[in-house]
Amino acid sequence: MSFPWAKEYKPGHPLMQWLDEKLPLPRFVYNAVGAGYPVPRNLNYMWNFGVLAGFCLALQIVTGVILAMHYAANGSVAFDSVEHIMRDVNWGWMLRYAHANGASAFFVVVYIHIFRGFFYSSYKAPREMIWLLGVVIFLLMMATAFMGYVLPWGQMSFWGAKVITGLFGAIPVVGQPLQVWLLGGYAPDNAALNRFFSLHFLLPFVIAGVIILHIWALHIPGSSNPTGVEVKQESDTVPFHPYYTAKDGFGLGVFLILYCAVLFFAPNMLGHPDNYIPANPLSTPAHIVPEWYFWPFYAILRAFTSDFFFIPAKLMGVLAMFSAILVWFFLPWLDTSPVRSGHYRPLFRKAFYLLLVDVVVLGYCGGAPAAEPFVMISQIASMYYFLHFLVILPIVSSIEKPAPLPYSITEAVLGKDEGAVLHANPTAA
Amino acid sequence: MADEASIDPADVTGEGVRRRDFINIAAVSFAGVGGLAVLYPLISQMSPSADVLAESSTEIDISAIQPGQAIKAVFRKQPVFVRNLTPVEIAEAEKVDTGSLRDPQTLDERTKAGKKNWLITMGVCTHLGCVPLGAGEGEVRGEFGGYFCPCHGSSYDTAARIRKGPAPKNLEVPSYEFTSDTVVKIG
Ligand code: HEM
Ligand code: FES
Repeated sequence: MSFPWAKEYKPGHPLMQWLDEKLPLPRFVYNAVGAGYPVPRNLNYMWNFGVLAGFCLALQIVTGVILAMHYAANGSVAFDSVEHIMRDVNWGWMLRYAHANGASAFFVVVYIHIFRGFFYSSYKAPREMIWLLGVVIFLLMMATAFMGYVLPWGQMSFWGAKVITGLFGAIPVVGQPLQVWLLGGYAPDNAALNRFFSLHFLLPFVIAGVIILHIWALHIPGSSNPTGVEVKQESDTVPFHPYYTAKDGFGLGVFLILYCAVLFFAPNMLGHPDNYIPANPLSTPAHIVPEWYFWPFYAILRAFTSDFFFIPAKLMGVLAMFSAILVWFFLPWLDTSPVRSGHYRPLFRKAFYLLLVDVVVLGYCGGAPAAEPFVMISQIASMYYFLHFLVILPIVSSIEKPAPLPYSITEAVLGKDEGAVLHANPTAA
Repeated sequence: MADEASIDPADVTGEGVRRRDFINIAAVSFAGVGGLAVLYPLISQMSPSADVLAESSTEIDISAIQPGQAIKAVFRKQPVFVRNLTPVEIAEAEKVDTGSLRDPQTLDERTKAGKKNWLITMGVCTHLGCVPLGAGEGEVRGEFGGYFCPCHGSSYDTAARIRKGPAPKNLEVPSYEFTSDTVVKIG
């Protein structure tokens, strides 16, 4: 773990020495996010989003535990208890808006974090495990956010629960019984609401656990960097503290300004007015859509409108939607180029920006009504999405001629590196 | 035998199956089976509880439903559509070639003999479970004059058969019977 030049933890105060012998927790922190963790010196702000995601999780846990003190998970009172939080509980409105918009902020941050990974090919060896764990975290986040959205028991909550558990009903043979088992009934009701609350409370802590593994796996090779060239020597790195604690702190400040702007001036901007109508099992809202962060995947789900060979349209949509995320698991082996960073990969870079546009288009279609032209656009965009990962990426990585890489991070930053000179002229050594 | 086991040379030489191996495998298997047995209640508790299953049948008075009209009733906390078809709607449903349907069924198969005008179906879209429009006063009934699901655009015809969109099946016909000319009992 870490590089040989990493600074060693030296407890000063006798109390800290005593603690270090009994339980070296401060040592652990020092080596993980302190001066004992050397980090490439050239990280840009794209490397800020991991820390921001961690902050968002903490924010959700703090606001969530507080909401749970006032919320009641029972179909007959859940909606009213949320209104009680909004109107009666001291600062309840702020805590609820902080939690609801915190979920959105969390997804903004995580999407940027993931696309950072796409651009800089952070998923490549030796960092595959970090990437795989990241995809697991993302899946858990989606499950958590989905179940959280059900809790206020408004119209969107109810119908979201119905439609999403209906996805499982598409699985042949076991689907219908599986859906009934998941809901504990034939339609969402108390049983479903209660178990969703229980799991919504639990999963964030599971996420926290997987994040620990994610960071553990990260600390073995250390962070990648915008050049994608691996750390070679001490001059390529700076200690995490104070350099990146300061940089991440600044980024956190900017993030908080944007988050608070939404929280205090447009708290319902990303929500849906129908969710302020109590759940009604007998009437579906005219336009049901999930929260914005599910839109690209929802568009893929809806893109399948007719049967595909012997597979029914409904099953096809469900398979495609799950595959859209599962394909990320194979990314480290689909992109075979030895060069990581998009900065040195001209063709790959174009493919990356096209994918970005494609996902935005899918997102737009997923939020739009299920009518033309959106259905057709989602079909084309879904096709392109899979084409990117399964065809374009493998081809691009085998035919592309990458631009010349700098010898080291130091050279990339300073324009010259003593080591590079030695390297170009081995006799001088 | 017992005599022989106690002087098993394998125990001494460490070759072959030793008593320790046997005890080890037996103990782990026993614990494994026990663990699996404990899983059963943990999984089963998620299934519908007795009170949910006990939801009784529903009786509906249909005397006030005029031809062309429909009502929504509730059965097992899910909507049921009871629709009084007009002769035109019946004719439309019958003129369709069932071979061309995704889920081929005739109107006769979906209604009771002699009560062809009473189309009684679950109001649950077979795609992902939304309540289709068309049973309420003034709601759109879609391209085929039956029901229209706004969620992902499934259209059903006047026999509530799927005609267009992602839903795989016709709206489900629950089991029901006419207890009199004006009362249906569902379930
Ligand atoms: C991964 C972290 C989390 C995410 C992404 C998340 C997401 C959400 C979302 C989207 C909602 C619906 C907001 C609304 O429309 O009102 C919600 C509600 C709720 N969450 Fe969370 N949550 C997280 C963590 C937690 C934790 C740790 C707890 C409790 C320990 C919690 C407790 C609640 C409660 C009680 C509600 C219902 C009250 C309300 O509707 O505002 N959440 N959550
Ligand atoms: S739920 Fe009716 S079309 Fe999808």
